[in-house]
Amino acid sequence: MTIEELDQIADSVRAENAKYDHEINVCMGTGCLSQHSDRLKDALAKECEAQGKNAFVRRTGCMGLCAAGPLALVDPEEILYQHLKADNAGAVIASLGGEPVKELQCDLREHFDQQVHVVLENSGHIDPEKIDDYIARDGYRALLLALNDMTPNGVIRQITESGLRGRGGGGYPTGLKWSTVAKAAGDVKYIICNGDEGDPGAFMDRSVLESDPQRVIEGMAIAAYAVGASKGYVYVRAEYPLAVSRLTACLREARRRGLLGNNIGNTPFSFDVEIRLGAGAFVCGEETALIASIEGRRGMPKPRPPYPAVSGLWGKPTLINNVETFANIAPIIRKGGKWFASMGSERSKGTKVFALTGKIANTGLVEVPMGIKLREIIEVIGGGVPDGHKFKAVQTGGPSGGCIPEALLDTGVSYDGLMSVGSIMGSGGMIVMDDTSCMVNVARFFIEFCMTESCGKCIPCRAGTAQMHTLLTRICAGQGTMEDVELLQDLCSTVKEASLCGLGQTAPNPVLSTLKYFRDEYIEHIVHKRCPAGVCKIEKPQEVLA
Amino acid sequence: MLCAMFSLEEEFVPVFTPPPLPSDDKRWKIVNGTMRKNGFARHALIETLHTVQSSFGYLDDEAIRFVALSLRVPLSQAYGVVTFYHYFSLKPPGKHTMTICTGTACYIKGTDKLVAAAEQRLGIPQGQTTKDGKISLMTARCVGACGRAPVVLEDGELRGQMVEGEMLEQLERWAVE
Repeated sequence: MTIEELDQIADSVRAENAKYDHEINVCMGTGCLSQHSDRLKDALAKECEAQGKNAFVRRTGCMGLCAAGPLALVDPEEILYQHLKADNAGAVIASLGGEPVKELQCDLREHFDQQVHVVLENSGHIDPEKIDDYIARDGYRALLLALNDMTPNGVIRQITESGLRGRGGGGYPTGLKWSTVAKAAGDVKYIICNGDEGDPGAFMDRSVLESDPQRVIEGMAIAAYAVGASKGYVYVRAEYPLAVSRLTACLREARRRGLLGNNIGNTPFSFDVEIRLGAGAFVCGEETALIASIEGRRGMPKPRPPYPAVSGLWGKPTLINNVETFANIAPIIRKGGKWFASMGSERSKGTKVFALTGKIANTGLVEVPMGIKLREIIEVIGGGVPDGHKFKAVQTGGPSGGCIPEALLDTGVSYDGLMSVGSIMGSGGMIVMDDTSCMVNVARFFIEFCMTESCGKCIPCRAGTAQMHTLLTRICAGQGTMEDVELLQDLCSTVKEASLCGLGQTAPNPVLSTLKYFRDEYIEHIVHKRCPAGVCKIEKPQEVLA
Repeated sequence: MLCAMFSLEEEFVPVFTPPPLPSDDKRWKIVNGTMRKNGFARHALIETLHTVQSSFGYLDDEAIRFVALSLRVPLSQAYGVVTFYHYFSLKPPGKHTMTICTGTACYIKGTDKLVAAAEQRLGIPQGQTTKDGKISLMTARCVGACGRAPVVLEDGELRGQMVEGEMLEQLERWAVE
């Protein structure tokens, strides 16, 4: 495969598409599929034929606005329809070329206008299982460009220059990680793509793998060329069956086109990818635990150093990056590191995908430039808190992050910005809570999660989270004391300082941040025996008769 | 233990014969296929267990023993892996399974009330199956459909924006089947 051949494929796809007057893209991500968008697609195709319209109905990945699903986008007019049912197919098809069906139209300009799509540039525009669709949108151009015109060091230089940082949450500079693996001694090296999106409330990786899997495979191949690896693994959660099946199909397609396998692009470079299924352990998102899991063992973390970059999978130098990190690679190589670095804030470059959920009008997936204010994401893109309720907090970073109150909503979204207010960027979950959520109960929910998911290897995490859970349960039941709060605070710092891996080190964050910003709610539970949000069931102490 | 012996005497390379299939049930051939595809390597343990669970619905002692012997993994290690990962189940599932997502987004939207209602209707705690073997009640840690919260999986099929009444109706339909 050469760049000229890519061009030929792209031209033929474009020529094929040009035959039609209209294209109707139907979202078939997990969210819309659960509302039978597959039936919608069939109905639309049938109506096209029945009404003799020259239109093409395409299955695509996620369009982002899950709240308004099932969604369909009519091109070239760019009309977005929401809450479409199979029964509406006739009306939509009949309207092609004329006035759109007003009552079905989704007109959320402010939701889309503020977004910048890099990772999601193809989501909702291509059929995820058709490699030619991806190629027609500049797919695999970056890989062939790197193989033919760049040295491995040149690739790493571009990545370093882009300022890209790990999108799994840690924020480690990607270029630095790549050059460490490239410099590590040894002939056999591995690439691992971390798709163990265990963080509840986050679904960016699932969506990327469902909507545009080739982009991740291309990113991995470029990384393999840069660091000198020839074998890669994608570790995906078994809970994401659609992502697994689409990825499997895409790997087959890439091999068929000669973009995976031996001598890719007629160069000496060979690379192939295998899928490994996760089995429901949150701790496997931690890189050393993930490696243990791929090796077929219990997913328990190991102390670092040695870092996987030096000694990882089967003791070989291993590069582990998140799905979203790999999804950023191809555009960086295509357009240059400088282009990427021109977006974002000073120390956090590019864009970030967030899963916006909870008590917010426009739930779904959004991609915004780094540095954008939280307020803008929640109030403008997210459409604010619905049903007349009042915003209380936004939780970022999942069980490892914190709850950010209204007063701090003008914080810019960046690794350092979120850290400074006691939360973390995390993988990109953003859960909005309103006045019907009890923050003590939320803290208890997260600690319960960490307690169950603790692998049990180190005591601070195993025993600490259990003790914290007991204390929080007591406070929620109205049986806590102010000493409990002090003890809780104390335990938080012990677990944070002494745990072996990221799970334990960040587990206290939800408690610490709620103690800091919502201390009054703790006091209400303890002193006045009442839950301001009315969530916790507190039994009033019975008057003891003398 | 075996592997320690092999590494001590490097010249002694015994020919390994995998154990016979536990029965002529065709599903064992699928399980064996996964192991063969991975060259009976020890690291194929989790992959193989996934195949067993998707073919049989759960992992029983016989299956764990067979996989461990075939891959030359100590039984203790195989059992340790099975019990470490939440996805693996040691008990056969009911005829139908209602899985309620208890991820953060679903929790914020009141999924705990769904769990309580289902527990009360079925008379079993989450993670168990009704006595007549008809319905299993499970919870999941986020299925990644947070935009449609709260969500449940009815026999694996995702249903979003679930309300209590609708879920109970489904349980009722399954119960009288």
